[in-house]
Amino acid sequence: MPKVKVKRKSTFIDMTAMCDVTVLLLTFFMLTSTFIKKEPVQVSTPSSVSERKIPDVNILSVLIDPDGRIFMSMDRQEDIRNVLKKVGEDYKVDFTPEELKKFSLLPSFGLPVSATQKFLTLQQEQMDAVLTAEGGIPRDSTDNQFKHWITHARAVNPDFRIAIKADKSTPYEHIRGVMNDLRDLRENKYNLITSLKAGTSADAALGLDKSH
Amino acid sequence: MAEVNTDSGKDKGGKVKRKKQTLRVDFTPMVDMNMLLITFFMFCTSLSKPQTMEINMPSKDKVEEEQQNKAPASRTYTFILGTKDDVYYYNGELTTASYEDPNFLIRTSYGEEGIRQILLEKNTAVLRQVRDLKIKYENKEITLEDFEKQAAEARAEGAKITGSSPIVIIKPAVKSNYKNVIDVLDEMQICNIGTYQLMDLSDGDKYLMYQKTGDPIFETTLAPGAK
Repeated sequence: MPKVKVKRKSTFIDMTAMCDVTVLLLTFFMLTSTFIKKEPVQVSTPSSVSERKIPDVNILSVLIDPDGRIFMSMDRQEDIRNVLKKVGEDYKVDFTPEELKKFSLLPSFGLPVSATQKFLTLQQEQMDAVLTAEGGIPRDSTDNQFKHWITHARAVNPDFRIAIKADKSTPYEHIRGVMNDLRDLRENKYNLITSLKAGTSADAALGLDKSH
Repeated sequence: MAEVNTDSGKDKGGKVKRKKQTLRVDFTPMVDMNMLLITFFMFCTSLSKPQTMEINMPSKDKVEEEQQNKAPASRTYTFILGTKDDVYYYNGELTTASYEDPNFLIRTSYGEEGIRQILLEKNTAVLRQVRDLKIKYENKEITLEDFEKQAAEARAEGAKITGSSPIVIIKPAVKSNYKNVIDVLDEMQICNIGTYQLMDLSDGDKYLMYQKTGDPIFETTLAPGAK
């Protein structure tokens, strides 16, 4: 009878395969995803069947929260600088080059022009808190700064597209206000940002079913 | 951590055994790092790019022009959005008779059984054209650009005075939520409606809505001429 050899088994697990999988996953995430922009208010967009994607560049997004407060963001820092300078001139506020630079680095903005200089002296965390708590570009009939922003933005960059991003529960009056302002400025073409509605497709109504 | 087996040729005086050399690299830290990176990407990025709906509003001076060549009233459908996720519609123009007819304003719903059904039935000619184009596109007979261009032409043709598709007027109340507005605009896209417009409620509309829903938001001091 041969001796039964007890093999010494090592507990070494080969991680190579695991590593392959994680690298693949990582590559997938890096290629398909886009970074979330920090926004002062959380907005959940309504869903639609529209499959058109929003372009990456030259977007001026107008964010409307359920209370009707307006925030804006532009994707080119150079544009933001020039626009702020011009809006400042309108309201007799002189921004120093440092202030302009600091402002252009913000992911989004939305404060009355008069409050902007003080805001720019704050620390980053305080800035976010202030913007969330008391932000909002004024859009009253007496002091419509929103119009100034749009006018100057258009002058600085004639190619940009306006994209309105509003919360599902925003009352229509706020949207209408913004739309009317845009109409006054002859900005008749703009985009409404939505998220993709799951399940339905525009083809269903045509009697074309993808599964067939 | 990485183990390299190098215990060969140690036997003194004996035969020099060539042991099989195994080179094993431990990948555990690499996996750890990758997992961390994946977690980071999952939290800080979004997979889906936001969709967008393009909208063309009539400019101020265009509105008057449009009123001049008004489409036949029989093809005009007015949708009034309420405040409690409700939607009502009427066909044609408001006349003195319509204020007395309790069935003039009809309640419907968002989605497939409501608005879509009403509009699909009325817009069959355009839908058939778009459908044919879509089949052509799927069979790769035409490009996506051509498909979109020709579909837009078909929609525009349907919306003309000689066309047959409905003209839709959307009138949200001031307190209607944005989701409902998008829902209706969405239906316009699904049903391939060539001409639709967002408008404000007129006094007549408010009067009708107040009679129907009793919602104080529609209360109007200006009673229409019929009353």
